[in-house]
Amino acid sequence: MYSLYREPGVLLWRGFTMQEFANQCFGNNIGHGKGRQMPIHYGSKKLNYITISSPLATQLPQAVGMAYSLKMDKKDACVVAFFGDGTTSEGDFHAALNFAAVMDAPVVFICRNNGWAISTQVTEQFRSDGVVVKGQAYGIPSIRVDGNDALAVYNVVRSARETAINEQRPILIEAMTYRVSHHSTSDDSTKYRSKDVIEYWNTVHSPITRLRNWVERKGWWSDKEESELRIHTMKQVKHAIDEAEKEEMPLLRDMFTDVYDDLPSNLMEQETLVRETIQRHPKDFPKDMPL
Amino acid sequence: MLGIVRRNVGGAGGLYSQGFGRLRPVASAIRNYSSGGKEMTVRDALNSALDEEMAADPNVFVMGEEVGEYQGAYKITKGLLDKYGPERVLDTPITEAGFAGIGVGSAYHGLKPVIEFMTFNFSMQAIDHVINSAAKSNYMSAGQINVPIVFRGPNGPAAGVGAQHSQCYGAWYGSVPGLKVLVPYSSEDARGLLKAAIRDPDPVVFLENELLYGESFPVSAEALDSSFCLPIGKAKIEREGKDITITAFSKMVGYALKAAEILEKDGINAEVINLRSIRPLDRATINASVRKTNRLVTVEEGFPQHGIGAEICASVIEDSFGYLDAPVERVAGADVPTPYAANLERMAFPQIEDIVRAAKRACYRSVPMAASA
Repeated sequence: MYSLYREPGVLLWRGFTMQEFANQCFGNNIGHGKGRQMPIHYGSKKLNYITISSPLATQLPQAVGMAYSLKMDKKDACVVAFFGDGTTSEGDFHAALNFAAVMDAPVVFICRNNGWAISTQVTEQFRSDGVVVKGQAYGIPSIRVDGNDALAVYNVVRSARETAINEQRPILIEAMTYRVSHHSTSDDSTKYRSKDVIEYWNTVHSPITRLRNWVERKGWWSDKEESELRIHTMKQVKHAIDEAEKEEMPLLRDMFTDVYDDLPSNLMEQETLVRETIQRHPKDFPKDMPL
Repeated sequence: MLGIVRRNVGGAGGLYSQGFGRLRPVASAIRNYSSGGKEMTVRDALNSALDEEMAADPNVFVMGEEVGEYQGAYKITKGLLDKYGPERVLDTPITEAGFAGIGVGSAYHGLKPVIEFMTFNFSMQAIDHVINSAAKSNYMSAGQINVPIVFRGPNGPAAGVGAQHSQCYGAWYGSVPGLKVLVPYSSEDARGLLKAAIRDPDPVVFLENELLYGESFPVSAEALDSSFCLPIGKAKIEREGKDITITAFSKMVGYALKAAEILEKDGINAEVINLRSIRPLDRATINASVRKTNRLVTVEEGFPQHGIGAEICASVIEDSFGYLDAPVERVAGADVPTPYAANLERMAFPQIEDIVRAAKRACYRSVPMAASA
């Protein structure tokens, strides 16, 4: 799994717990991340989910490389790489697709085309007919799907995975959707688009609403169960956040470990020096520093 | 010992009488001012500098991600799209390598691009264009192709942004001949140096700091004039002193000044040098100061190995070895990728107390340790 930063849902599905998400965001001591990475830059070796890296598209050639190694090992597996419409402008995207095609690497590229890259609309990002034609141009079987239709996406991805593994070749999926939220918590997207448009997509085309309607019509869900689930999940999230906040911050040693495989002598010296300094000048440092 | 010194590094006093007045080591007066009480944020300083240079020269244009409609990821280019139109303020797709290359190409033809990297950490995706094209073309073409381009953006750590958003690239770009590398601190620095960078016919890497954007500094009437320009390659003595020299750039200048106030209370009179320019490095000013004080502390947020402090230390040893009464102290960031957790991040970058302790170490030794063996 090579993700960008809008795929915590994938990780949740795989088994990352609410508590683990909260620990990562708070950067506390018990999170897998040892307080190293920014919030939403999750990772889990256990769940085969590569730790998120910020620069865009760099994960794509890496995904191809990993797929190639799966191919050499003849594994019954493929790599999935997620990215957005904006990322397809980066040079690494083109290198990755070209290589995947030439090397017959079993990788499924999934592009979430949600129309926006911060404030840049797709018409200012590229002039091609979306991203699906780019896959075709590189010789990769590509398909466009309604990203807000959960069943369609499920079918497409299942089929793509089968093809990628059985035929040992890359597939590109362009899932069309719309970004109803702001780019991030530092953005206010009402500055560059109208509230009505956001509202329209959030109600009429919401993939959650559409799936819910379908499930309810089948008699498998009801309003009562919906509200119960919402209340339960809210409690779960709040509990995870409260617990994460209480936890200790990472230990000083974790600043020096994992720079290399083994802790080199110069970093051991630095750590010793830091500890001595904290002991000799305690008033220069915060009191609650976990050592 | 004095016979070893070959180069005349004298005239230090003369370099700073540029009309900005002598500085007194008093709490808030650590800025220069000649008249008027006008204050300006670094953000507005950069914005006004861009505005004035674009008005003065139709060949100057701005290019980068979110610089136009969004008014700039950090609002440095606010209002420029409305004023100059989409032909001179270009929003680009997300391709650092692309727009850096396009900028260099347009500079070859005679335009004057100001390329914004959302952070210099992302310039990694375009560094080939900066180094192999922009820096080296004038030389390789025997002077036929000059590259009047400016690459600007935030550099170094902000707050809680992790390893891939916190590296300082001063040392990387500062090691390349053909580039000029500037590091403004105050609003006057920002205005004067950006204007100089845009007017300069050589490629300039302009390293700003995200946390300084919102800081306000007093600006003199002279600095507000549209013809105002600071010389490239000249450092500024922000605070005069006689006991120890502290060199710093960008945000660390503020920290060094605060450390100097603390040291003053302990009877140590520190001279703080704002480098302003990493390449060319103002070796004359630094050496003259060390010859006066005999002790040196270098401060930077970047990694220690091959850092700015390493170069300054080498320069001082080459030119002023006989004047040093203590080994040079280097204060730098920790030799680890920047951690995100707030407590670890605080340990990974120099704090004011670290500068104070380094200065005291340099002052309490009168003889280098090796000599006493």
